[in-house]
Amino acid sequence: MSFLRIEGVKKSFGGNTVVRGFDLSVEKGEFISFLGPSGCGKTTMLRMVAGFETPTAGTISIDGQDVTAQPPNRRRIGMVFQAYALFPNMSVADNVAFGLKIAGMPAAQIRERVAEMLTLIGLRHLADRYPYQLSGGQQQRVALARALAPSPRVLLLDEPLSALDAKIRVSLREEIRALQRKLGITTIFVTHDQEEALSMSDRIVVMNEGRADQIGTPFEIYNRPKTRFVASFVGNLSLLEGEGTGDARAILAGDEVILPFPARGRVILGLRPEAASLQASADRTNQLTGRIDEVNFLGSLVRLRVAVAGAGVLVDMFNNPGNPPPGRGDIVTIHFAPADVQVLEHTPPELAIAAE
Amino acid sequence: MRRSLPIVSTLIVLLAASYFLIPLYATFQFSLQMVRGQWSFEAYRSVFNSDVFAATVTFSTIASLAAILVGVLIVVPTAYWVRLRLPRWRPVVEFVSLMPLIIPPVVLVFGYVRLFGSTSYLPLTLSNAGTNTLLVAGYVVLSLPYMYRAVDNGMAAIDIKTLTEAAEILGASRFRTIAAVIFPNVRSAIVSGAFLSFSISFGEFVIASLLNRPAFGPYLVQIGQDRAYEPAALAIMSFALIWACMVLMQLFAARKPGGRILPRLIRPSARSVTP
Ligand SMILES: Nc1ncnc2c1ncn2[C@@H]1O[C@H](COP(=O)(O)OP(=O)(O)O)[C@@H](O)[C@H]1O
Ligand SMILES: [Mg+2]
Repeated sequence: MSFLRIEGVKKSFGGNTVVRGFDLSVEKGEFISFLGPSGCGKTTMLRMVAGFETPTAGTISIDGQDVTAQPPNRRRIGMVFQAYALFPNMSVADNVAFGLKIAGMPAAQIRERVAEMLTLIGLRHLADRYPYQLSGGQQQRVALARALAPSPRVLLLDEPLSALDAKIRVSLREEIRALQRKLGITTIFVTHDQEEALSMSDRIVVMNEGRADQIGTPFEIYNRPKTRFVASFVGNLSLLEGEGTGDARAILAGDEVILPFPARGRVILGLRPEAASLQASADRTNQLTGRIDEVNFLGSLVRLRVAVAGAGVLVDMFNNPGNPPPGRGDIVTIHFAPADVQVLEHTPPELAIAAE
Repeated sequence: MRRSLPIVSTLIVLLAASYFLIPLYATFQFSLQMVRGQWSFEAYRSVFNSDVFAATVTFSTIASLAAILVGVLIVVPTAYWVRLRLPRWRPVVEFVSLMPLIIPPVVLVFGYVRLFGSTSYLPLTLSNAGTNTLLVAGYVVLSLPYMYRAVDNGMAAIDIKTLTEAAEILGASRFRTIAAVIFPNVRSAIVSGAFLSFSISFGEFVIASLLNRPAFGPYLVQIGQDRAYEPAALAIMSFALIWACMVLMQLFAARKPGGRILPRLIRPSARSVTP
């Protein structure tokens, strides 16, 4: 029995359906990310778990208890908001103590717990400061300590890092993850940043127009995207259109490409930049030739865009100080393995035959 | 052209100020002339020695404070609820709060007298306590536009919705959220609204007079008819009171959380923020 269950949840505002048929089971201590473009319903789904919105249909249960109709102040959930939402009239220590006071903890114990939480986030020396005297990163850490202090059953974070600058964003996400592991708290993290989701999560829920398109580990989501949306939203993917022959081959503007499995009719093929190479090898049996449109030097990587079969294919190569990358306009041959080709939209041959 | 601008604006300011300051100075000078042939504070002494003065000031202070209390209890939850749950109704509520500026107090008080007169089911005007209640109600209505504006502006300055949600998810009840989170954050706005209310109801004449209450406003008018120098002294004192209210309002509005109740005039050097 999983710890947090979301079953068949749907949410409409007036006639506008924002979340549809959402199912998810979260294990105790798991770190889940909701990943999707802005407006796909991530916040709405999170707010239903928190109790700020009531589902139009479906149930939400925590630890075997149906909380769908429970008000937020009875759910014992911690939440961190994008805009920090610290209480401006209270010091850092009082902010962290707020939930404990409400829970009726004795003053001496509150003091101890607050000190413990502030040590955990490394801001013990700032206990007497007020929110307006803190930087954004510090405020968000205080918000995290405040949410965690009353030992909630679930921690919800709604794009907690998106208002911070890049460097703090990366260090704070590592801090959040380390803290989450240490406390073993079941966590849902909302983000539109795929790098955040991939680096932090045990599992990712990729959301698209209110639906969970795919739920899986970062490795599965990245390497085996189930829909074209997931494939294009997570990571970089070059898309090529071709014609499946029905025997594990496709024709792309005259060139032949070997597929990992048979497909017939119109197919969309996806290729990750790191799966394509300018060097041939035993398993990179596919080849496409084209002209280099663009060379992006990214530091450890050099990313080329090569015009092939009427599309742009991205190719990543490692930076090599002894060997400068090819230049714009050069004609190159891309090599890639059939196993690395993602077939995103196709009709399996047997169905195609049945339809004829 | 650029250099001449400050001169022009300074002149305008001086002109406007003199329009206000010259009569004030004349009143002040007149108030010092009670004893023929010398300057003295005799008029002020005479005012302070009067029992009626003390009684009316006390009465008006209590009535104004009561009106502030009732006003805050009505306006803060209303403004909060409208911002949180009924944002579409905000223009309507704002319009209603401005009604007292359009409807003259005379109309208001005649309405009260008719509604709560001796023939009504709730004959408040028959008892002293009842009439005092009507007076306070009238003051609440009169100060509503200022109170509502001040509080609503205070709420606009903080993110009411997110703060409410943050308190709620930490287990706070609705009442606790208002008392511990919302109220302290709009306190300076409430205080400025309160000072405005006070300065309006303290010297108010029409309602107090028509309800026949022993308030400061009617006393002021009465003295104006009976005496020569004391009204000038009273006018100067009223001015001083209103100005004191304004100054206090400014001080409270500038207060930072965790600061003292009355802010220091010289700030300690600001703490630096480390990332
Ligand atoms: N209270 C609401 N009333 C009406 N529409 C809403 C409300 N909250 C969210 N929406 C709509 O729901 C959609 C999804 O919003 P949201 O869950 O905030 O997306 P995300 O967090 O993924 O960016 C948006 O189109 C938004 O306009
Ligand atoms: Mg959102």
